[in-house]
Amino acid sequence: MANPLKCDLCAKPATVHLTQIVNNKVHKVDLCESCAQAKGVTDPSGFSLADLLLKASLNPEPSLAGVRCEQCGFTQNDFKKHGRFGCPACYEAFKTLVEPMLDNMHKGTTHTGKIPQCALARKSLYDRLTKLELDLTEAIKSERYEDAARARDEISQVKQSVPSNPKPAR
Amino acid sequence: MTIASLIDTPSELTDAASNKTAIVLMTRIRLARNIAGRSFPGWAKPAQREEILAVCRDAVAATSPMKRSLNITVGELSELEKQILVERHLISRELSGAKSGAGVIISKDQAFSVMVNEEDHLRIQVLRSGFQLKKAWNAINELDSALEEHLDYAFTPTLGYLTACPTNLGTAMRASAMMHLPALVISNQMEKVVRAVNQLGMVVRGLFGEGSDASGSIFQISNQTTLGESEAEIIKRLHSVLQSIIEHELNAREKLLEADAAKLFDKIGRAFGILQNSHVLSSGEAMNLLSLIRLGIDLSVFPDASRCVIDRLLIEAQPGHLQHAQKGEFEPGQRDLLRATRLRSEFANFVRPDFTFSTHGKN
Ligand SMILES: [Zn+2]
Ligand SMILES: [Zn+2]
Repeated sequence: MANPLKCDLCAKPATVHLTQIVNNKVHKVDLCESCAQAKGVTDPSGFSLADLLLKASLNPEPSLAGVRCEQCGFTQNDFKKHGRFGCPACYEAFKTLVEPMLDNMHKGTTHTGKIPQCALARKSLYDRLTKLELDLTEAIKSERYEDAARARDEISQVKQSVPSNPKPAR
Repeated sequence: MTIASLIDTPSELTDAASNKTAIVLMTRIRLARNIAGRSFPGWAKPAQREEILAVCRDAVAATSPMKRSLNITVGELSELEKQILVERHLISRELSGAKSGAGVIISKDQAFSVMVNEEDHLRIQVLRSGFQLKKAWNAINELDSALEEHLDYAFTPTLGYLTACPTNLGTAMRASAMMHLPALVISNQMEKVVRAVNQLGMVVRGLFGEGSDASGSIFQISNQTTLGESEAEIIKRLHSVLQSIIEHELNAREKLLEADAAKLFDKIGRAFGILQNSHVLSSGEAMNLLSLIRLGIDLSVFPDASRCVIDRLLIEAQPGHLQHAQKGEFEPGQRDLLRATRLRSEFANFVRPDFTFSTHGKN
């Protein structure tokens, strides 16, 4: 061929050509031998074309220029480079980048499956505790001693129902 | 349990007693999970990775399916041990290449494995021989719930389980089946099947090699998307896709027999001859020959009981397993000699093909 295809990731001549259809859209990816190896195209358990597409076709979101995830320091350029996020909080920080992607990638945009009941129950207790502790500090600062006493009682109540520092042993 | 004793124990997939269906060799489900408030493994600092590793290893080891499991870091595994675990589908290539702060916990029966600090903090996997999607789901769901009692998973109601890669959000579940589809390959229908299956939101991959001419005619079919559908819906959809692939494969076999049974039996008979007598066998050729013998078993050319022997050899003819059996380092060329020797001795005592039944009664 006069004009051989270039690898989508590094621009070397592509020798591996893949086609997948996601939600009725045809996606094509061309890779060189070494990128195909590195991306685990030859490893059936680890490879997803969607991953590659994600990186190859990502458009930076201008409104997110300069935005960093508060939790882990990630930027959208890091995402463009790695095709992976830095931490769970990145999904909130880069919401406007993620949301349009999901439409192309998945069946729907809202989770309808399993819910981690224990972890969520623990989280809501922790959140409640954090809020009460804040209330307590505020109340003390503004010398509202009745409110402070009430907050203190509630805190000890909540603490009793929180499994102290989840330990693996049963 | 130690890595040495694990390697010398037959895996879930090589278990001779297990009840396999002919076309689906194995069912596998994996769930990706992450700990809230912690950087994903690819972005975490080495010290953070070590911390996550310690927390997760303890939590996993405390669950009941993981009693007396192998609980080991990647750094403690030799290259050969890693290769063997990859060939048994117990760890991924990505994990085997991890530098530090990664590990794996493998149950005694090798049905469960949990990788720590692969792409996500936890990659929980269950393997079942045969076509057992529901059983596999029940097993992994239980393990996941037990873990969740002790670990704070990163989760939001809208996006579900949060994963390093957005392609895994939602259920973060990949359910798959490993299928033996020799008749679809012989009759050049695999490409068509791959396209049709893709259109249904499922992915087809060759297990040994790529695309529609994968050696051994073994393919892995799995769900492509994870968000917007419940686990049960994904499994139900995958189940019906697999069911229809099975039907197509059975039809293709019948057509091959109707059109030219002699040609098909010739392939099977020749495969038997080569396996009994060859002295140099590449991995790809060995897979193709074993695949033909396996097809012969389904067509009653060989007794049913031989199927588990072939399934064991499909794994044991892989480079890591060969090298382990022979103790020592080998060049790829030497490996081909070893492989042929190994298969010659296995097939010296194999039941001879009997084509009489197959030519009269049809399947
Ligand atoms: Zn490349
Ligand atoms: Zn982050």
